[in-house]
Amino acid sequence: MNIALLLEMAAEAAPDRVGLVCDGKRWTYADLLAAARGAFELIDQSECEYVALLDESSEAAVIALFGAALAGVPYCPLNYRLPDADLAALLGRIAPALVVGDEERVERIAGDQGHTVYSRELFTLKVQEAFPEAEDRAYDPGEGIAVQLFTSGTTAAPKAAILRHSNLLGYILGTVEFASADEADAALVVVPPYHIAGISALLSSIYANRRIVMLPSFEPEAWLRLVDTEKVTNAFVVPTMMTRIIDKLEKGMSVDLSTLRAVAYGGGKMPLEVIQKALALFPDAGFTNAYGLTETSSTIALLGPDEHREALASDDPNVQARLASLGKPLPTVEIEIRDEDGKVLPAGEAGEIYVRGEQVSGEYKEKSALDAEGWFPTRDAGFMDEDGYLFLSGRADDVIVRGGENMSPGEIEDVLLTHPAVADACAAAVPSVEWGEAVGIAVVVREGHGAPSEDELKELIRARLRSSRVPDKIMFVKELPYNEMGKLLRREVKKILA
Amino acid sequence: MKPGTRLKSAACDTEVMVIRCSDGTIECGGAPMGEDKPADAAPLAADFSAGTLMGKRYVDADGNYELLCVKPGKGSLSVDGVALVTKDAKPLPASD
Repeated sequence: MNIALLLEMAAEAAPDRVGLVCDGKRWTYADLLAAARGAFELIDQSECEYVALLDESSEAAVIALFGAALAGVPYCPLNYRLPDADLAALLGRIAPALVVGDEERVERIAGDQGHTVYSRELFTLKVQEAFPEAEDRAYDPGEGIAVQLFTSGTTAAPKAAILRHSNLLGYILGTVEFASADEADAALVVVPPYHIAGISALLSSIYANRRIVMLPSFEPEAWLRLVDTEKVTNAFVVPTMMTRIIDKLEKGMSVDLSTLRAVAYGGGKMPLEVIQKALALFPDAGFTNAYGLTETSSTIALLGPDEHREALASDDPNVQARLASLGKPLPTVEIEIRDEDGKVLPAGEAGEIYVRGEQVSGEYKEKSALDAEGWFPTRDAGFMDEDGYLFLSGRADDVIVRGGENMSPGEIEDVLLTHPAVADACAAAVPSVEWGEAVGIAVVVREGHGAPSEDELKELIRARLRSSRVPDKIMFVKELPYNEMGKLLRREVKKILA
Repeated sequence: MKPGTRLKSAACDTEVMVIRCSDGTIECGGAPMGEDKPADAAPLAADFSAGTLMGKRYVDADGNYELLCVKPGKGSLSVDGVALVTKDAKPLPASD
């Protein structure tokens, strides 16, 4: 079965209902389906092997996603924030592709790779000009790959995670009731299109017949204004966005938020004080913490609205603690905690989170990560309490997650070690109210050298990497802790830095 | 018959997508369903005339069959004469 069925059904049941609002333009489900069928024509003619998006969210993301599905070509939205060299390498891995978005950049960095490139405007225009007769077209049966997403590549080259039509449909059919949204309902989508949450948000809303209100790039004031003017009822944010929205409200911005009744968050650790403030600022909204991964087609566990309020109101420390949990596994998936030898651990003991279910792909283009019984090792570390609530204790491989952006300690350390006065260095996550986690570094000064200034080290990282890698906390230490195998004990460093 | 096949009712407007199936005969309104609509409509059996609902999934008791209704009609679904029942999604509190 093809994920395009979700849009076909919405267009069949409610052709004239507005399905998408972006930059003031409104698209009905019938418009979106016609455009997706037009996109099929372009894709079919181009003989591309992938359909890529190199752009912020817009109607083009919806049209390209479903057009690619109809054509049986994987849809591969790319992270436009990547540096040129990294992006060119990813484009090379999907050549020849039909690329929608930044024409000039594709031409400049990957002009010799054989891509067919359309600007957003031209693509949107062309797909509306095509008048395909659906009956005459052989649309793909949907037995293959619907979406390919490159992981952020924190430990090695980015991996190409694969989501089949069956994974995405398993998730949507299992968790969304068809046409269950009121005509007045609207979901504000602000997650980037290359994030799994950005894709599942489109599929869920379309199948529920809930109007999608797209904000191409996040800015707290624009977000709050859209909630007001579009009378938004549902929204998903990453923790960093929530912090900035709260900040704006506390500074006195006045908007009508009374329609907002469901706020979901995920994509990183939500600081306790932020969610407590949010609950107080939006007393009528239901909050949901959603935990999921690219490889699991989005959400696999969640903490629902009642559980949030219950935890906030409770005197029982175990119930209070749930506010910092990921909630309970969805009824449609199974979750286990295992130790390093693969043994299933009892409640309360921390290990690696494993998950199994129809929506779990666990598959990369290179190979599948599923074990023989279909379990996917998430590389996230956590535990489950006696009542079945899942808690995340960190990434199994010590990745620093700053405002939803994953960064590898290794790349920061490599840069630090280029400084003549630095003998050894370790980067680790430190708690941050604004970002969930931020970068902390512990540095050993080389004998015979004076300690470099903090500003000097910050500038070194800013110049060589991105500003998000600049450490919030710097400590100078005599030596770093290593185990007998010579392996750096990052967790120990984390403790020193925290 | 295989998953992903689109079946049409011979007795009404119902159309379903096959999500899971086995070797039995899938029927709607009491008549076998097929990939093409017959030229002459089959009569709607009184015992199988409760109707289908768009977007509902229909399953048998043993979990061998699962059909997704993509076009509603007046007939109701069965396999080898045994009525199928609806399976509800477990809606998330809008986490996406």
